[in-house]
Amino acid sequence: MSETVAQLSKKTGASPVLQVSHLSKKLGGKPILQDCSLTLNRGELKVLIGPSGAGKSTLLQCINCLIPPDEGKILLEGRALDVADRRALCAFRAQVGMIFQDFNLFDHLTAEENVVIALRKVRGMSRQDANRRAQEELGRVGMARRAGLYPAQLSGGQKQRVAIARALAMDPRVILLDEPTSALDPELVGEVLAVIKDLARGGMTMLMATHQMDFARALAHEILFMEQGIIIEQGSPEVLLAEGSATRTRDFCKHLLEMGA
Amino acid sequence: MFDAAFVSQELLPALNRGLLVSVALIVPAGVLGFIGGILLGCVRAFGSPWARRLGDAYTSVIRGVPLAVQLMMIYFALPKVGIYFEPYGASLISFILCNSAYQSEYIRGALLSIRQGQIKAAQALGMDSLQTIVWIVIPQAARRALPGCGNEIIYLIKYSSLAYLVTCMELMGEGKVVASDTFRYTEVFLAVGAYYLVMVTLATWLLHWLERRFHVPGFGAR
Repeated sequence: MSETVAQLSKKTGASPVLQVSHLSKKLGGKPILQDCSLTLNRGELKVLIGPSGAGKSTLLQCINCLIPPDEGKILLEGRALDVADRRALCAFRAQVGMIFQDFNLFDHLTAEENVVIALRKVRGMSRQDANRRAQEELGRVGMARRAGLYPAQLSGGQKQRVAIARALAMDPRVILLDEPTSALDPELVGEVLAVIKDLARGGMTMLMATHQMDFARALAHEILFMEQGIIIEQGSPEVLLAEGSATRTRDFCKHLLEMGA
Repeated sequence: MFDAAFVSQELLPALNRGLLVSVALIVPAGVLGFIGGILLGCVRAFGSPWARRLGDAYTSVIRGVPLAVQLMMIYFALPKVGIYFEPYGASLISFILCNSAYQSEYIRGALLSIRQGQIKAAQALGMDSLQTIVWIVIPQAARRALPGCGNEIIYLIKYSSLAYLVTCMELMGEGKVVASDTFRYTEVFLAVGAYYLVMVTLATWLLHWLERRFHVPGFGAR
């Protein structure tokens, strides 16, 4: 199993950060994910696309075991994750950032405390260091002046930027983004995409589920198209979305455009 | 009509004596009952199926039987199987059992109201289960449970008056003795009522202060 992954990375000559092979998940006897494999190399942005219910969200949550996969192997920087080892799992998750569709900021903590809490409790930083780091990260996403506000006092876009700062503060090797702009009002999508664009340009390794086709076309190194729990197409946006190519990805994008999305 | 000598020399000293016993019942019963409620609430919300069933059964028995009957059972029936309590001990145990059963219901509701996303976010940051419970679940659940738990404390202040049934000489008991000695029922029970009203008012202020102290904008107001 891991051989194929190793061969794949040899072929591209890049250093893989995250390797996922043959991931499967059934819920209530119904297959949600079937034999999903992917490799993320350092600095790559890969985009997951597909109709809702295709399993994009499940795939992302299986990668850091928020939903435990039934089968499959997950390697971070070449080291296999042992799901049964709770401590190793926590350490793994601390290195894999996760951005949720509905933000999931801690409702009882201010923006700054949201960033600080994992730095202190998980990474064992002192209060001073953690506060300084939180200020830095909030500044990076343009939220420094709102550090003292609670989630209920922030707009959707601002919440998502704080969530990104919270993930960045942990110095993740890779960030998984689960439709980060889907729950936002249209006029707020831009500010969050701008932050993600900055990250991509800064060389952050990311795997992102999204419906933002323009974003995917412009920035993704590769598009993975999912349907019914299977990654059915995989390739660069130029190839998959090329004029006249008969790919399922292009079909889907055309459909999105016709719907006025 | 108003007998100052009776009030200052007989009634108030007796009621003050009783007040001390009442406070000595209410404070530990409130604290231990709350802790018991948290443990029982956690078991009933997150425990294994059997533990949950056991917790539910305990709660339905305690909630389904009048407190006066429970008190009588602990004080008069347990000695038949060789377990003896002083009036004070019997009352305290009965109040703790009762209080924790009711508190567990508020705690359970608050725990179940924590959104799954909050727990997922904590886990995604690398927190283990204990850290997630201590730093994310409990601070949120406590805020949600506070109004209900406070309500229960106020009930406790008043149902502590049942302790006189097993001859524990708290506020109600002292008042009853003075009243039946002097036949001044009206004055005595007006005074007893005022004592309870003052205790409940103080507790209400304290609870309001707690709610304000731990208020988070927009939290729980969804």
